Amino acid sequence: MLFFSYFKDLVGREVTVELKNDLAIRGTLHSVDQYLNIKLENTRVVDQDKYPHMLSVRNCFIRGSVVRYVQLPPDGVDIDLLHDATRREARGG
Amino acid sequence: MSWASLEDIFLSTSLASYLDKKLLVLLRDGRKLLGILRSFDQFANAVLEGACERVIVGDLYCDIPLGLYVIRGENVVLIGELDLEREELPPHMTRVSAADIRRVSCTVRRFPFFGKIAILEKLSI
Repeated sequence: MLFFSYFKDLVGREVTVELKNDLAIRGTLHSVDQYLNIKLENTRVVDQDKYPHMLSVRNCFIRGSVVRYVQLPPDGVDIDLLHDATRREARGG
Repeated sequence: MSWASLEDIFLSTSLASYLDKKLLVLLRDGRKLLGILRSFDQFANAVLEGACERVIVGDLYCDIPLGLYVIRGENVVLIGELDLEREELPPHMTRVSAADIRRVSCTVRRFPFFGKIAILEKLSI
């Protein structure tokens, strides 16, 4: 639940999602759900020439299970807040 | 299945906003399916109507019609909404027949280090 809440706070920010198949997509975080499925808007593929089929895709749904990384803007993370939340979650669990 | 509220449709990660739209579905095995989303569930299982597989080899592509498809969600990587105002593929790509794309993909598999031009010349395309 922690990361779900964390991503909910990041809605509207620009992120780059790197998938397990090495495809990397940059876009605005539209929404996230409990499985950490991600919906991105205004998407651009990082290496567009390698993925011609993605040319006209501007919005997409990414299944949480295929995400390798979610790259965030450096100011997107309040490390202390996240740290506290993690400690609280660890204590409760 | 309960009906989604308006807020759910606009803010959630539900696939409801993609219903009846032409989509690109990327599968874990690298296949690219195109079709109209008619149904989905919480596992991202999906029903695509008028589905076709877009096979791309280098600058060549072919759309192979498949019909009505049920996709098991665990195979889904990404579901992308195709912007109808934009070209689906770069203009330098050429559409070929299913037989040609099969020949080219076999050759590419057997000779992965051949240059693209060498392969096309060999196949007289």
